[in-house]
Amino acid sequence: MTQQTVTAQVTPHMDVSWRARLRRFTTPAFFTGPAFVLVFLFFFLPVILTILISLTDMSVATISDIKFVGLKNYIRIWRSRTTWKILRNTFIYVGFTLTFFNVGLALVLALITTHIPDRWGTAFRTFWLLPRITPSVIYAIMWTWFTADAPYGIVNQFLQIFGVEPRNWMSAQPWLVVIAANGFVGASFGMIIFTSAIRSIPVDFLRAALVDGASTWQRIRYVILPMIRWPILFVVSYQTLSLLASFEYILLLTDGGPGFYTTEVWSLHAYHRALSNYFGNVQFGYGAALAAILVVIGVIASVIYLRVFRFNEMVAEPKIEVI
Amino acid sequence: MTEHAGSRWIQVFLIILVALLCVPLVVMYIWLLEAAFAKQTYGIVPSGFTLSNWRFLWEGFKNMPSIWRITFNTLVFAAIVTVAEVFFASLTGYALSRMKFPGRRIFLSFTLVLHAFPAVTLLIAIFYVLLVMGLYDTLLGVILVKAALELPLGVWIMKGFFDGISWDMEMSALVDGCSRFRAWWEVLIPNIRPGIAALSIFSFLSGWSEFLLPYIFTSSFENFTLSVMLRRLIGDFRFVDYGLLTAAGLYYMLPVLIFFIFTQEYLLNIYAGGTKGTQI
Repeated sequence: MTQQTVTAQVTPHMDVSWRARLRRFTTPAFFTGPAFVLVFLFFFLPVILTILISLTDMSVATISDIKFVGLKNYIRIWRSRTTWKILRNTFIYVGFTLTFFNVGLALVLALITTHIPDRWGTAFRTFWLLPRITPSVIYAIMWTWFTADAPYGIVNQFLQIFGVEPRNWMSAQPWLVVIAANGFVGASFGMIIFTSAIRSIPVDFLRAALVDGASTWQRIRYVILPMIRWPILFVVSYQTLSLLASFEYILLLTDGGPGFYTTEVWSLHAYHRALSNYFGNVQFGYGAALAAILVVIGVIASVIYLRVFRFNEMVAEPKIEVI
Repeated sequence: MTEHAGSRWIQVFLIILVALLCVPLVVMYIWLLEAAFAKQTYGIVPSGFTLSNWRFLWEGFKNMPSIWRITFNTLVFAAIVTVAEVFFASLTGYALSRMKFPGRRIFLSFTLVLHAFPAVTLLIAIFYVLLVMGLYDTLLGVILVKAALELPLGVWIMKGFFDGISWDMEMSALVDGCSRFRAWWEVLIPNIRPGIAALSIFSFLSGWSEFLLPYIFTSSFENFTLSVMLRRLIGDFRFVDYGLLTAAGLYYMLPVLIFFIFTQEYLLNIYAGGTKGTQI
């Protein structure tokens, strides 16, 4: 910081030629250009396009003759009976995964691994990153086997000890499997954030609690948890949004089934309608309307996060500028 | 936090507790490793050693392009995504860290918003963009999309690294009349090698594992990647040939495992740094 302010006066040559002045624009344009083009093409434009397409009747049948239909797609979503089922599914999926895994399990892992010798703690934390970097297709294969019919699946072998009738758990309890499979991946995000938050608590606070004779549990409950409120809120909001939009693992595990829309969530439904041949004709307009609702939620939520979590402070101007 | 709580027994108890939480995952990975070499596995108990699960390496799969072609595609995909992302991200990260220019603030907040914004919601519109650009069902198209979707994170990470480097070195180069680009290439880049290494590993793994984008944005055989191939295998072999599935899965996962074993500390750092938007 200090060295930056010192050099701040160096800004030389006030009487620069037009060439130098031009370079003030061309140099940054050169550096940021490629990224800007890509972000424009595949982020900015798609946001607008999603909304535009959602106002049309675009489908495979109408692709050569697209008509604007106003809010018709949205009205259809509102009137459709499956919408409510899908809405309910989405709440189940986001709510349970978030509570029990992305925050719950994450917190448990962070607390335990910071309360045991560091070597062990790091080893366990690293292990929990493994599902995150495992390619999703392989992860899905592992879960398929894990929950498979007897005599293959391990869950059945284990439960047989307790006299539970063997079954295919993916079809018998699809929600349990979908939530657990997503949660085992999702937990590592919160785990990392919580761990660094717990680590940054001043040791004095913890010592003080120790001197006062607090038990480990009391220390966690009255010192650590209140002090990591903010990171918890961050993880909750950040993960709500990403869960709301994610469907990759569900697609691979149950593809919305078994049966009629049993585990079909909002984003998967948008994908199915617009991009998968499953439902006869590919309805871009209808799918885009479903997606547009998520896009709008996404834009609003991420702007709010930007404000709430003081991202602004990180956006500060550079302290020095040399031409 | 360095203080360890409670007695030795509590610590042992905690270690056992967290180990128990790991059991389901451990069991899955053990199964993946052993089932690939077993004739049959019942639960986690293998019966009979065999290499015939790996016959796809010389025979290939039915109704699919050769495994080497698919591997090559996946490698090209991951490699180009990595090069593009690291190159563009370090250019942009440098500009955002060091230059004052109109629109900088907006650009920076925009990349930050995108950080939280779930890009999967845009797949339908991206499909349309690719269609119009004539890039649907091409590897190039998928590569561009993947690189674009990863860029906000990459830019942010690289900016963090550039922020951490003192101005002085670069100043002297610039005062000596060095161009901005040369200063970036010759002075700064060598100084952020750890950052480049970390981001490269991260984006290579992420490119190698990518499933949704090639699955949705390509359709023909010559563009198959390993993830798309495996997805088809699951469809074809469901509940039948776990030996073949695990062998193919293990083959696909090999580079990931190698990276995981040798670059763990990088990974922990990049997830911590990348997700929180702070420096590594």
